[in-house]
Amino acid sequence: MKKTLGLIVNPVAGMGGRVGLKGSDGVEILERARELGAKPESPLRTTETLKVLTGLRNEVEIVTYPGEMGENEAREAGFEPQVIGTIEEGKTTSLDTIHAAREMADLKVELLLFAGGDGTARNIYDAIGGELPTLGIPAGVKIHSAVYATNPHNAGELVKLVLQGNRIDVHEAEVMDIDEDGFREGRVTAKLYGYLQVPYDKRYVQSLKSGRGVGEEVALSGIAEHIIEAMEEHVDYLYIIGPGTTTRTILEKLGVQNTLLGVDVLCNKQVVANDVTETQLLNLLENKKAKIVITVIGGQGYIFGRGNQQISPRVIKKIGVDNIMIIATKNKVISLKGNPFLVDTGDSETNKKLSGYVRVTTGYHEQMIYRVDS
Amino acid sequence: MVAKVRKNFQQAHWDEPIIYEMSIPGSRGILVPDPGKEIKERIKNPLNVLPTVMQRKDLPRLPELSQKHVLAHYLHLSQETLGSNITNDISEGTCTMKYNPRVNEVLVADPRFSELHPGQDEDTVQGILEIYYKFEQIIKEVSGMDKVTFQPGGGNHAVYTAASLVRAYWAERGKLEERNEVITTIFSHPCDAAAPSTAGFKVITLYPDEQGLPDIEALKKAVSHHTAAIFMTNPEDIGLYNPQVDQFVKLVHDVGGLCFYDQANANAFLGVTRARETGFDMCHFNVHKTFGAPHGSSGPANGAFCCTENLAKYLPSPSVEYDGKKYFLNFDHPDSIGKVREFMGTAGVILRAYAWTIMMGAEGLRETADISVINNNYLMKQLEGTPGLNYCFPDNGLRRQEQVRYTWEQLKEDTGVGTDDVNRRIADYGIEHYWTSHHPWVIPEPMTLEPCETYSVDDIDEYAAVVKQISKEAYETPELVKEAPHKSASHRRNDEAALDDPDKWALTWRAYEKKIKHLK
Repeated sequence: MKKTLGLIVNPVAGMGGRVGLKGSDGVEILERARELGAKPESPLRTTETLKVLTGLRNEVEIVTYPGEMGENEAREAGFEPQVIGTIEEGKTTSLDTIHAAREMADLKVELLLFAGGDGTARNIYDAIGGELPTLGIPAGVKIHSAVYATNPHNAGELVKLVLQGNRIDVHEAEVMDIDEDGFREGRVTAKLYGYLQVPYDKRYVQSLKSGRGVGEEVALSGIAEHIIEAMEEHVDYLYIIGPGTTTRTILEKLGVQNTLLGVDVLCNKQVVANDVTETQLLNLLENKKAKIVITVIGGQGYIFGRGNQQISPRVIKKIGVDNIMIIATKNKVISLKGNPFLVDTGDSETNKKLSGYVRVTTGYHEQMIYRVDS
Repeated sequence: MVAKVRKNFQQAHWDEPIIYEMSIPGSRGILVPDPGKEIKERIKNPLNVLPTVMQRKDLPRLPELSQKHVLAHYLHLSQETLGSNITNDISEGTCTMKYNPRVNEVLVADPRFSELHPGQDEDTVQGILEIYYKFEQIIKEVSGMDKVTFQPGGGNHAVYTAASLVRAYWAERGKLEERNEVITTIFSHPCDAAAPSTAGFKVITLYPDEQGLPDIEALKKAVSHHTAAIFMTNPEDIGLYNPQVDQFVKLVHDVGGLCFYDQANANAFLGVTRARETGFDMCHFNVHKTFGAPHGSSGPANGAFCCTENLAKYLPSPSVEYDGKKYFLNFDHPDSIGKVREFMGTAGVILRAYAWTIMMGAEGLRETADISVINNNYLMKQLEGTPGLNYCFPDNGLRRQEQVRYTWEQLKEDTGVGTDDVNRRIADYGIEHYWTSHHPWVIPEPMTLEPCETYSVDDIDEYAAVVKQISKEAYETPELVKEAPHKSASHRRNDEAALDDPDKWALTWRAYEKKIKHLK
């Protein structure tokens, strides 16, 4: 039986970038991009990826949406795709991406390959969450998520490995997006939307992991043990746990409810509140001591200001910068290639206080000293 | 001589089964002779004289083969290796693969040495004790330290000995709970983190600065009243010598911590710089690496651990001493951390290393360092401009010492061919696979080469020509490199992900049968 590969191309991904529009989300912006002479990036990139797979034509069937949403690229690379759904050529929107992803998940494709940027990744996440392995061909303006191969060629290599039946690990990778309107006005407000299941091989998804060390799960488990061992057990001592899969391991180990994309509060190793806002945090902190446990969010190295804005400058001031515990696996730190951790809390005084050198817990009784810039 | 690239190299590939799979029940390599009537009558059932705790319930599960098949099996395997002293060992960066003079093998095979027993009375082993004692004097001179032990069975073991000394030092002061952190650097050998961790310390790792050197500002953040010690390598794995090392020592000493210098590979600085003058309290050498004795499986290994007078009382016992008339083993060390290995370490390595060092002389040791650094810089120059190849931190203006960490990141981006592919391809030219890097890979797609003093200019030219040839192949016919090896016996890993999964590791035949074989 042929293996099936789902293919979704966001035909307008990347259009805003070259003409300085910082994104392509929304109908109006697209029109402006077209007026400015923007050309889509995704078709060429998708074809480049698919060409790596031409040798598998007899073993693989591509399931895709019509015309510019994948059919054209599949045919260009020499495939005879199974085309599903309908679109209005030249006027596709994010809803088409969402429908396509949903339908492909229902058809139980082996792997979903998409070409786009963070907006597309978000749409796919909205449609299918972590239901099936998904991989992005980087083609958008905003590439903050960690769900893409390093380049279109490597996306092809990785898909090939999966479809050839090799045992490939699947990792949860962050879907991030920034608010484009704010970004155009110079404000960066990023949000962690969720996690897609991404096939991982160090040769092709370099940003997630560098080389071979102890497995990521073992490393995460060690970090969680380290944090739990050091926890103060006292009614007046709170632990503010930031979002992400790294911090989630701590709550999982404690056997308590966690919010993957939000901030949770613990006391005596029990949950006091899940998914809290800044105001709730400030209320909870009245007359209490606390520690903040956060990880590096996204592939960019942010420790504050991306996805954990609830832990605001006011919260940080109240708790004190000496009570911040940063956790990250060594691979995650090394994937920054020596670039510092970043803070962008919205308050320059807090940013300054957070800058310098920090200890990052990278394993059980293991820490690294790393630089933070604002 | 024209640079030779062995384009017609073809290695034997025997498709050899595992020896257990060759077993034929009932086959025997040796038939044990009949003991004769008299012995049989006196012993009767030999099991009666063997304590029951030592008696097996089941027969050992050993493979059953004839001598001929055992011999053929291991000869086949030997033809499938590209081991030490066969190929151009420049590949093995950080390992210091130097020539091991054959004459030293004659020495260790001499029955006057090989027939010694470590339990003999010291009056009957004065010769080897003298060699131990004299070699200690040499290592003291090379390191500047006051006392040396050769008991550790290798480099990592010597580093563990250091960690044990640090523990004993703080325990005696009643401060072991407080002094619970050991600092290291990410380009130090991983044992500088692993050994203190095994000894119960928390490990704090310093990330390098923009030049690739350990970040002194990070150290300032790391040191505190919790600092038990710093364990650091210099030059680090990437071939850079840290010129601020004395300031590192000072910062750690200022908070009361101890300083250990990992000098496993001392090839870059023999006779140039010493741990003593840099201010360290302890250091170690891999005797089998720097001092001309063979590595690992052709060795075995030995670690020389050195320290200053104030730490000497913690050293493993016994020490080898000389009272002006005779050499003797001194067991009177009440504060010793105890034994770290049986008897006196690996005497064969000490004998070979002593012979090598005496042959080289003081000037020879210095020349070793000079030639190693020159060879390395010559190779780097030869490789300059190779498409797809760069080296780490290229713009820091610092001279590389005895080795260089290169990166194939550019090649990977351009062609999809990465360091693992190049590494398999290099075996097709009759060259041992190269050392990439310790894990995790801080430098992407790494390759670490170390052309130590053994190699001639022709050897280095051959190596450079092969590297350039593979780069050319990667750009012209990437699949050729990706599908390598084609002409060597080395195998590809068939399940890359399994290396991350301890549940899949099969370190013994029994584990293989339990975990893997039934899946097939």
